[in-house]
Amino acid sequence: MSMKNIYKIQLIGVGGQGTIKASAIVGEAAMKKGLNVVMSEVHGMAQRGGTVVTEFKIGDADSPLIEEGAADLMIAFEPSEALRAINKVNKNSYVIVNSSPIVPFTVSLGISEYPELSSVFEELKTKINHLIIIDAQKIAREAGNIISENMVLLGAATATPGFPVSKELIIQSMKENLPPKSIETNLKAFEMGFKK
Amino acid sequence: MKVKEILTEKEGGKLFLLGNEAAVRGALESGVSVVSTYPGTPSSEIGDVFYKIAQDAGVYFEFSSNEKVALEVSTAAAAAGLRSFVFMKHVGLNVAADSFMSTVYTGVQGGMIVLSADDPSMHSSQNEQDNRIMARLAGIPLLEPSNPQEVKDQMKYGFELSEKYKIPVLMRTTTRISHMRGVVNLGSVVKGKKKGYFKKNPEQYVVMPAYSVKMRKKLIEKLDKIKEDANNSTLNKIIDRGGKKLGIIASGGAFNYAMDAVSENDLKVKILKLTFSHPFPEKLVLDFTNSVDNVLVVEEVEPVMEKEILAIIGKHNIEKKVFGKLDGTLPRIYEYNPDIVSVGIAKIVNKEIIKREKFSTKIPLPLRPPVLCPGCPHRATSFALKKAIRKLKFKEEDIIYSSDIGCYALAIQEPFKMADYCISMGSSIGIGCGFSKATDQKIISFIGDSTFFHAGVSPLINAVHNKDQILLVVLDNRITGMTGGQSNPGIPLDGMGNPAPEVSIEDIVRGTGVGFVKTIDPVDLKKTEEIFKEALQFEGVVVVITKHPCAMITGAENRKKSISIKYNINQEKCTKCLICVKNFTCPAIYLEKDGSVNIHPLLCNGCGVCVQVCPKKAIEVKK
Repeated sequence: MSMKNIYKIQLIGVGGQGTIKASAIVGEAAMKKGLNVVMSEVHGMAQRGGTVVTEFKIGDADSPLIEEGAADLMIAFEPSEALRAINKVNKNSYVIVNSSPIVPFTVSLGISEYPELSSVFEELKTKINHLIIIDAQKIAREAGNIISENMVLLGAATATPGFPVSKELIIQSMKENLPPKSIETNLKAFEMGFKK
Repeated sequence: MKVKEILTEKEGGKLFLLGNEAAVRGALESGVSVVSTYPGTPSSEIGDVFYKIAQDAGVYFEFSSNEKVALEVSTAAAAAGLRSFVFMKHVGLNVAADSFMSTVYTGVQGGMIVLSADDPSMHSSQNEQDNRIMARLAGIPLLEPSNPQEVKDQMKYGFELSEKYKIPVLMRTTTRISHMRGVVNLGSVVKGKKKGYFKKNPEQYVVMPAYSVKMRKKLIEKLDKIKEDANNSTLNKIIDRGGKKLGIIASGGAFNYAMDAVSENDLKVKILKLTFSHPFPEKLVLDFTNSVDNVLVVEEVEPVMEKEILAIIGKHNIEKKVFGKLDGTLPRIYEYNPDIVSVGIAKIVNKEIIKREKFSTKIPLPLRPPVLCPGCPHRATSFALKKAIRKLKFKEEDIIYSSDIGCYALAIQEPFKMADYCISMGSSIGIGCGFSKATDQKIISFIGDSTFFHAGVSPLINAVHNKDQILLVVLDNRITGMTGGQSNPGIPLDGMGNPAPEVSIEDIVRGTGVGFVKTIDPVDLKKTEEIFKEALQFEGVVVVITKHPCAMITGAENRKKSISIKYNINQEKCTKCLICVKNFTCPAIYLEKDGSVNIHPLLCNGCGVCVQVCPKKAIEVKK
């Protein structure tokens, strides 16, 4: 926790990866614990294949937007996106990165470049003390559906030291926020992420 | 949380709500009867919730054909004594402005709230206009909530204020409030009246000059009285952190940033939170200003309050420094955040603010501009049209692509580059008319189904009557897409999900006298290309309607039926010609570092249009 007892979480990913759903699950779980939560989401045009960011503060805060270098935890749903939000974390932040890339059309067209994954991870390793890299896509596939990538990452996040909400509350919140027919796969994905 | 809980959760409970969802609950706790809108980000989720719960709540809700109509629907309901709520994005208020201005003159019987969702930093908008200025232009009381709880509570406050003075009330949110989620403590839901009764009084409701002259005077008298309410309102409050050297005056989302900056840096300042901010509470601000040495104004986006404060200081001959946008203490444009406000404060106070190590990277990151979704029918339309243009040997520089507000404007990206001009809802046709007269270039206008109903019909009539040369492509994806998928007059469902007459775009176009009208499913690329070739060679106003459901609809239908079709590339057949990658640019299809082409299984929507694009038949259903 940073000063004033506020826990700050940054999520970053690409439209369609389920970042908002994962955030809502954590937020509701924190509310159930009796904590104050403020969260900022991205909706609308930016969601169409662009970078999607969710920021939230749990505790005594007014604005959900996180100061630079102040995030306690970052979950990057895509490796290059971890670097895009690198200004939000510090060397002691917990950073969880999905190693499975999503290459945008601009790269295929030669308008921009996708960096070598090894250089992305190298850069993260030199900066971050608590870096957790997981192949969420592979794990989600093993769990039954790659769409559960977000729950793998949420599982890994829930297992980090200092995470403000218990695993039980997160699972309860998952059950209330996810469609009943996919809950089994999602719980499996979450557990597999938790054990990473 | 399930959406229905916004209606069913009991008094005393709490929900984790978006600002937009909190607005719905606030309206329900106020006994609202009639609700209307035209969807627009960042206000859209208010409508998405009403769509799902209005029927059960006993509230009438509609997606009107545009914001002006939406405002008129709510205005009439309020004139008949019902409580009404109309909401829109900031630029929607421009469309509604004509009636909005007069509604403030005529006043209301039942309470009426107009919510404008502004978009500082233009996350999803064409401009950054600050509708607090609209409040001043119209002469309407203004509330600026700072979080979801306040949005909910101030809906009730607003309805009461509206009925007390028989005047509509404007609530201004910003993206970071509309899309902020927070814990909201709930009150009880109140059932509104089903029907009202309109008591005739032309002197109040007909804005003929003789009556307007009187209404104008009445409005100014009302505003003088309402100013007293603002001066004494509990919504405006002082937070004293033990110091009088600096007083901060802040509103809306900017108040949150100021508070976090003050808390984090442990600053000894006094803060005046202005929520009921028009008519500007002069006495309250004067007393506050007198109680501190200097003042910093923290507001988004225009220096609206700053100028009001400067005027008060000038009027009362006070010597105080006012820091804000005008002197460069804080940025002039775009949204703020706690860091920006901290930096501004540091310029004024003699105290070190917290500085953290700031990471950056030298690795160039891939660009991710917004793009047409995988499975989007607009990609098929764009691809087929581009092919027809190439086959007929038109020069790209001689074609003016006049686009409009909707997803198809995303065809501005490579390789289509089919948006040369785009300014407002419906402008594609009017701008096309002007270019048709001013140049001999080929004009191709694009408009979506919802935008056509919103503001496309009247310029189409203009084009026909004035003998313009335009190929108009109506991209009918059976939904209002960009805002997240709302119904419109072309869909056989109304705003509450009940069956409704489906208004035919083709019949409207024929009714205007257009000679060439054809409707085609763009997913058939060959046929679509043929029709475009024919259309491109036809004189006058030519209309092609490309009709196919939005990928969000087909995606949701597939999920419901548990259909999961994915495509992949047969690497043995693929010759790496890259037509699918470079000319079709579906976001699911990408180039690997080793030069092979792949389809991302998470992104593929299973539409299968790419199969027609591949000359080697290398794209196959994944087994």
